[in-house]
Amino acid sequence: MASVFPDGFEALEPFADWAVRGEKARYAKRLASTMDELDAFYNVAFPLLQSSKDYLEQVSMEGISEQDKRLLWLFCALVTVAFPVEAWRQPRVPDSGPSTIDAILEPAV
Amino acid sequence: MPHFKKPAEGSWTEHLKIGTEPVSYEDSISPEQYEREREAIFKRTWLNVGRVEQLPRKGSYFTKELDAARTSVVVVRGTDGEVRAFHNVCRHRGNKLVWNDFPREETSGVCRQFTCKYHAWRYDLDGKLAFVQQEGEFFDLDKAAYGLKQVRTEVWEGFVFVNLDPENTTPLREYLGEFAKGIEGYPFHKLTQVHKYRAEIGSNWKLFIDAFAEFYHAPILHSGQYMAEEARKIQKYGYEALHYDIDGPHSMVSSWGGIAPPHDRKMVKPIEAALHSGLFGPWDAPDIGLAPEDLPPAINPSRDKRWGMDSFVFFPNFMLLIWRPNWVLTYHYWPTSYNTHIFEGTCYFVPPENAFQRLQQELAAVSFKEYGLQDGNTLEATQTMLESRAVREFPLNDQEVLLRHLHQTARAYVEDHQRRGAEAGTPATS
Repeated sequence: MASVFPDGFEALEPFADWAVRGEKARYAKRLASTMDELDAFYNVAFPLLQSSKDYLEQVSMEGISEQDKRLLWLFCALVTVAFPVEAWRQPRVPDSGPSTIDAILEPAV
Repeated sequence: MPHFKKPAEGSWTEHLKIGTEPVSYEDSISPEQYEREREAIFKRTWLNVGRVEQLPRKGSYFTKELDAARTSVVVVRGTDGEVRAFHNVCRHRGNKLVWNDFPREETSGVCRQFTCKYHAWRYDLDGKLAFVQQEGEFFDLDKAAYGLKQVRTEVWEGFVFVNLDPENTTPLREYLGEFAKGIEGYPFHKLTQVHKYRAEIGSNWKLFIDAFAEFYHAPILHSGQYMAEEARKIQKYGYEALHYDIDGPHSMVSSWGGIAPPHDRKMVKPIEAALHSGLFGPWDAPDIGLAPEDLPPAINPSRDKRWGMDSFVFFPNFMLLIWRPNWVLTYHYWPTSYNTHIFEGTCYFVPPENAFQRLQQELAAVSFKEYGLQDGNTLEATQTMLESRAVREFPLNDQEVLLRHLHQTARAYVEDHQRRGAEAGTPATS
């Protein structure tokens, strides 16, 4: 059976549930998580993002494989999670109360 | 001590001949004034309802709810390739013609004809009534007289506008004025990678435009978004724009910033350093066939090397932000009552070639959302306290000049409409 992510990204397997399609769903997962969970994901995924620029630059969006698609969505989730981890220290934007801004149109991948 | 040169008059506000006195926000907390704005503004000015890319082929359509103008329109590309808009109402019994599941929600798709869900009356893409169920039961029904009610529609640089006033004959390009002419030629058609966001905001529509028409708030409200040292530095400097201008009801602010890569990497967050991207967009601008110095003349009007972005307010509710790293953001504010509106923010990028570029764009779009969430809730806090009327006059500084202009313009439209109503002998709109 093929692994979830491309070779070299095995360390992300425990966080495969972050490979979520769509910013709205990724943001919902962020809000449903604790800071401990967000930190755990960030601490493993962020160093991999830092060292993967060359790899990601050679992944063409045209005909992107399922493995690379999942890797891309996981890193998209990391982008969403970076705000609470690096800035807010809480899953929600401070003082944002009940307000929401929802993605209603996004790229297919 | 100013960091950027101001006009000879000493301030942008005096240069643009706008008063400097404290302002009232009564126009943003009055249900009666909102009703007047619906008549004088939203039923009578050109409104941007979308882009031509939303209508890729013949029969492509989308609906747009225009609550402020008490209507819904369906915008469609006809068999002749023309873009038209119609009031979204069946001529038989007034049912909303195009909708899915929820009558108040917008929809889009492709079709050959529009068929009413109620009694199956059918209309061609150019609005002609094509089929009547049990036509013989009607009394001398002249089908030619029961086509869809058309709305004036014009396209500027791929942006589709409608004007609900059948008596308003001002062409779109003339209405949009000098800023629009000076933006023409910008390759909007190359920016087809779209991220669109929507929010229900608990404030008057003008208050959110206010929030995005000044950046005086950025170093304070958004300080948590910066690294600590950078936040302190930005607060000390405050904010000054490169340039402000107005043209009729429209206005613009030209801003510095977003120069990439930042001189000091300590000022950016780790995710920004890793992706070479942030609120101002990817640091490596994609090729759009135009170097910054060759951009159309209304963009970066002062031709400042420190330029980062321009923000145009096309009255009443369309904002167009053009960023130095070759991407575009639009804002729309659709009023739903005097103290609520629907906000739409849409990011337009050159389609990414690879996964890294896709992530750079994701960071720019998500940054916009995180900032927007901070703005949106602050607006509700402002609206509720303005409505207390405990304080009725508010001082505005020179970096808030566009706010004065927006509210003055909206009031002038209402006054002008009422005056013309009185002259015509019809009772002024309540």
